[in-house]
Amino acid sequence: MLSGRKRSSTVWVLFERWLPKIVVSPLFAASLFFVYGFIAWTVYISFTRSGVMPNYELAGLSQYVRLWSTPRWYVALTNLFIFTSLFIVFCTGIGIMLAILLDQRIRIEGAIRTIYLYPMALSFIVTGTAWKWILNPGLGIERLAHTLGFMNFHFDWLVNPDMAIYTVVIAGVWQSSGYVMALFLAGLRSVDDEIIRAAAIDGAGPLRTYAGIILPIVRPMFLSSFIILAHLAIKSFDLVIALTGGGPGYATDMPATFMYSFAFQRSELGTAAASAVMMLVTILAIIVPYLYSELREAKR
Amino acid sequence: MSILNRLLAATALAAMIVPGTAYAGGTVEVLHWWTSGGEAKAVGELKKAFEAQGGKWIDSPIAGGGGDAAMTALRARVMAGNPPAAVQLKGPGIQEWAKQGALNDVQDVASKENWDSVLPPVLAAIMKYEGKYVAAPVNIHRVDWIWANPQVLAKVGITEMPKTWDEFNADAEKLKAAGITPLAHGGQPWQDATIFEDVVLGVGGAAFYRKAIVELDQGALTSDTMIRSFDQLRKLRGDVDPNFSGRDWNLATAMVMKGEAAFQIMGDWAKGEFLAAGKKPGVDFLCSPTPGGAFNLNSDSFTFFKVKGADRLEGQKVLASLIMSPGFQETFNLAKGSIPARTDVKLDKFDSCALKSQADLVAAIKSDSLVPSMAHEMAVPRTVRGEFLDLVTNFFNSDMTSAEAVKQLAAGVKRAQMQ
Repeated sequence: MLSGRKRSSTVWVLFERWLPKIVVSPLFAASLFFVYGFIAWTVYISFTRSGVMPNYELAGLSQYVRLWSTPRWYVALTNLFIFTSLFIVFCTGIGIMLAILLDQRIRIEGAIRTIYLYPMALSFIVTGTAWKWILNPGLGIERLAHTLGFMNFHFDWLVNPDMAIYTVVIAGVWQSSGYVMALFLAGLRSVDDEIIRAAAIDGAGPLRTYAGIILPIVRPMFLSSFIILAHLAIKSFDLVIALTGGGPGYATDMPATFMYSFAFQRSELGTAAASAVMMLVTILAIIVPYLYSELREAKR
Repeated sequence: MSILNRLLAATALAAMIVPGTAYAGGTVEVLHWWTSGGEAKAVGELKKAFEAQGGKWIDSPIAGGGGDAAMTALRARVMAGNPPAAVQLKGPGIQEWAKQGALNDVQDVASKENWDSVLPPVLAAIMKYEGKYVAAPVNIHRVDWIWANPQVLAKVGITEMPKTWDEFNADAEKLKAAGITPLAHGGQPWQDATIFEDVVLGVGGAAFYRKAIVELDQGALTSDTMIRSFDQLRKLRGDVDPNFSGRDWNLATAMVMKGEAAFQIMGDWAKGEFLAAGKKPGVDFLCSPTPGGAFNLNSDSFTFFKVKGADRLEGQKVLASLIMSPGFQETFNLAKGSIPARTDVKLDKFDSCALKSQADLVAAIKSDSLVPSMAHEMAVPRTVRGEFLDLVTNFFNSDMTSAEAVKQLAAGVKRAQMQ
């Protein structure tokens, strides 16, 4: 009887010790399988001649050769470069500016903050569709200017293959800069008032205070917003699909839309997998150094 | 025994019998993406006809992405070993799946009903794998149509539809001088490719089209004829309004209807838009083939996948026979705006454009000028088609020269063929 109770209590202790692991393990197994398992599968497929259906016979690097000899892939990469750099620069710039302006303890700050943050609550599909109408020369801004009497006004970026990628930047920045603002506003508010007052006593103007003191203090914010914006940019798909559909022609194609069209519209699973692996490698090139520096700091 | 009792007994009996008992006409599951307007109505006709024969119809409509979503679902179903009995699948896509060993043939039905004698040979060849029918066509769409608004044409004194591309260009100049957009067009890759292949057909003729676009002969792809085709395409680029990018084809059709533009080059599904708006062929809109004197063919078909079990095999056969029956071909195509795939169906209820389509089809079979459409997945595998679409749409939206275009096109086709 006594020993029985003792045994059950040891079982209980064991159970308690293992409970978190038991609870977490299905999730762990699921993500191991559904994320890393499928990453491995995609990498494998990229080395085969898979067409409409997966084909497990290895064929070396032929899909990568094909990918890198396709002009459309270069268009996608150029667009990714243009979009990512402009998207990050403008989002960060506008975000910081808005945050600093809001940081001046103005009235109805809450309402204004909400207004700027609201685009983030929309999906990229909604943003893309709305901007498609706004930027369409026959419906939106250009038409408006014409009806107001400015007949020479021209704004046809959306249908101009050389400029269309910049419309994607405009819509993306509109959507995401409010988020960067919120991020930096939180950072600015966490800066100790004493420091700011000390700077004021030393005769630093507001510009000098922000550029020389406050922004360096909130430096980690730059890294976080960079990481968030960069991965948003690299996997951007829905915004392009809704805004331009990859067009005119394929002028606004991105690696993600390229991958989609090869896998699902053109029955070239192998080439699509190769392009997906290239995207993964690009993301790893950004994330790994970041994780490395984070983990090293945590250890210290 | 009262009627009520009898009814109850019958119901009870039926309830006992139904589980585990095959339907008289078998069971089919049909995967398709005809979910809007006339298309949904057309597939509803097929369902009704199948159920009238005592069969059980399981409908699997998967909308979205012009069939991309359905293809993704199909891939998963085939991998899991549980494919639907019939799939709305066309062109060389049929061969791709057949090569995977995923299809059933319905040759015994086809032999019994003598499909070979009623289908155009070009179309029959697409439906067969290793000499056996694995798919059944429901309709024939003609891709090389020019649609026009006669009131707009009358404004600038054009009384006849253009017969050559030179005539078309001359008409376009007149229209432009009068401030009217000559060509209503939507800048989507498949629409660009539709115009492109109609131009190639007009500039080079059916034999050249076949050599270049169906057989993918490198010499033909880089020939002067191909360069001239691109020159003509460049001219057409000047005939569209500045706001054409990404426009859907039916909005372009609406431009012709409203008189904002004079012509549209589009398959005969455009006719459905005109008819739905209450317009009359020959009065409110005109139809005439694009230059070339050929017939550019597009056809929807149902492809039969490898199902197991007597009940499902039976359903597949009944469906195949039903699709090819003259009665169904008539009702379906009246709803969809195309013409029957069988060339022996009476067209009493069809309009003048459909009659013209049918007459030209028969003539084209005789003169061997019937060609399959590349833009509509009838001529080449999707990989090659993708290269065509990329190049043509890039050409249409840039200032690439025709010489550069043929060079890139030939290289792209070669790349895709290596796959």
